[in-house]
Amino acid sequence: MSGMTTDIELVNKDGIRIDGRTAEDMRPLKIEAGVLNNADGSAYLEWGKNKVLCAVYGPRECHPRHMQNPTKAIVQCKYNMLSFSVSDRKRPGPDRRSIEISKIISEALEYVIFTENYPRASIDVYIEVLQANAGTRCAGLTAASVALADAGIPMRDLVPAVAIGKADGHIVLDLNKEEDNFGNADLPIAMIPRTGEILLMQMDGHMTMDEFNTALEYGKKACEKVYEIQKDALKRKYSIQSEDAEEPEAAVYEEPSEEGDE
Amino acid sequence: MNEEFSKSSRQVVMPGELLEGEKLKAGAGTYVSDGNIYSAIMGFKTVKSNYVNVVPLSGRYIPNVGDNVIGIVEDVGPSNWLIEINSPYPAPLHVNEVPWRVEFGDTSRYMRIGDALLVKILMVDETMKVQVTMKEQGLRKLQGGEIVEIAPHKVPRVIGKSGSMIQLIKGYTNCRVFVGQNGRIWLDGETENIGYAYHAIKMIDEAAHSSGLTDRVKAYLESVAQPVQESE
Repeated sequence: MSGMTTDIELVNKDGIRIDGRTAEDMRPLKIEAGVLNNADGSAYLEWGKNKVLCAVYGPRECHPRHMQNPTKAIVQCKYNMLSFSVSDRKRPGPDRRSIEISKIISEALEYVIFTENYPRASIDVYIEVLQANAGTRCAGLTAASVALADAGIPMRDLVPAVAIGKADGHIVLDLNKEEDNFGNADLPIAMIPRTGEILLMQMDGHMTMDEFNTALEYGKKACEKVYEIQKDALKRKYSIQSEDAEEPEAAVYEEPSEEGDE
Repeated sequence: MNEEFSKSSRQVVMPGELLEGEKLKAGAGTYVSDGNIYSAIMGFKTVKSNYVNVVPLSGRYIPNVGDNVIGIVEDVGPSNWLIEINSPYPAPLHVNEVPWRVEFGDTSRYMRIGDALLVKILMVDETMKVQVTMKEQGLRKLQGGEIVEIAPHKVPRVIGKSGSMIQLIKGYTNCRVFVGQNGRIWLDGETENIGYAYHAIKMIDEAAHSSGLTDRVKAYLESVAQPVQESE
């Protein structure tokens, strides 16, 4: 896609990709909600080799004041790749790419959040990419929407996102790094499964109209899967909480003695 | 399961989840789209007098008219104090809304930055401009004691069914306790007792949505303190 060429066979004659997946397979996705104590909401996500941590603060007072909107809350997103997230050290700090990703993610989230409930406030989303292996903007958006739900922010729906691409002329779901670098096209999308509304779509490379429609079909199916995993992560966090609480009183009785020592 | 919750079905719902039911109306924490009711937040689905509500599991305190809250003076102006009430919106307290006669520019003689106050939300307008008042029975500046912060949505659990939990804590620790709707709790009493009350409240904060909480808090308090005959 980036114009680089390789002699790696990205998709073999049986339709199997270099990591053993078929064209319609997604990399394994794991999400955990509520991993950080100091943020209002948080999520940790592992998607193949991608590792993303996301924290949400707010709604909180918006600073600087001139950025406040008297009719609704603003959504400020900061997508950041850590210096060790890629194989060559990434120069820290915002760059053209991360500013763009921050913008598109905050716009996608702004669409689902009931921002009009919180005039003049700001909802801050911080996405830190710990390890990158293609598809981090989708991973970041997926994690961010889980973190927002964890923070108790009212929104229309969760936002699942996935990338579809073209490698060796085949439409493949959820590109990995090799397919992203040496493939022919990359199409990240975010979609609300219930309504089919598309909140994010970008494309890099070339596809025919037919290929594009196939890609969209793959993406829609994958978003439904991602959506279920997101819901499961949030439900699991709650059930762990109540399981902990159900544990025998032992933990409760130990603590008074500690306090007595003070 | 604790009887406080067994009456309502405790189904956890996610944002965007369809809330089904015959002839239900959309209540708090929900929204309507294409004639169907969906949840807007993660929380428990509850049905009360034909309204379907979602009780949040997390979230910030949003001021509501009539709430008693504990605020901290953040800034002092010539005719008002700016009170931080643990919400996204700061709340000004005008000199007309305090029980004293304050000369213009004399505000800092009465309350300074860092002082804790018991205030009531007087007004919230559509742009979320908040005003608070201290001109009511029981509202005052808080002197001494300690303030504990908990998640605002867990305040009802600290109070308990018709005040059962808070009475339990008061009864065993002989502390003066005031619970602000914004998740701040003021405790005053003997140092040791404050410690016990603090610990009991932290227990509730950590295990707010579990069953048998009252019993466990009671067991803890029994293990550390004797019940006081004349509770407040």
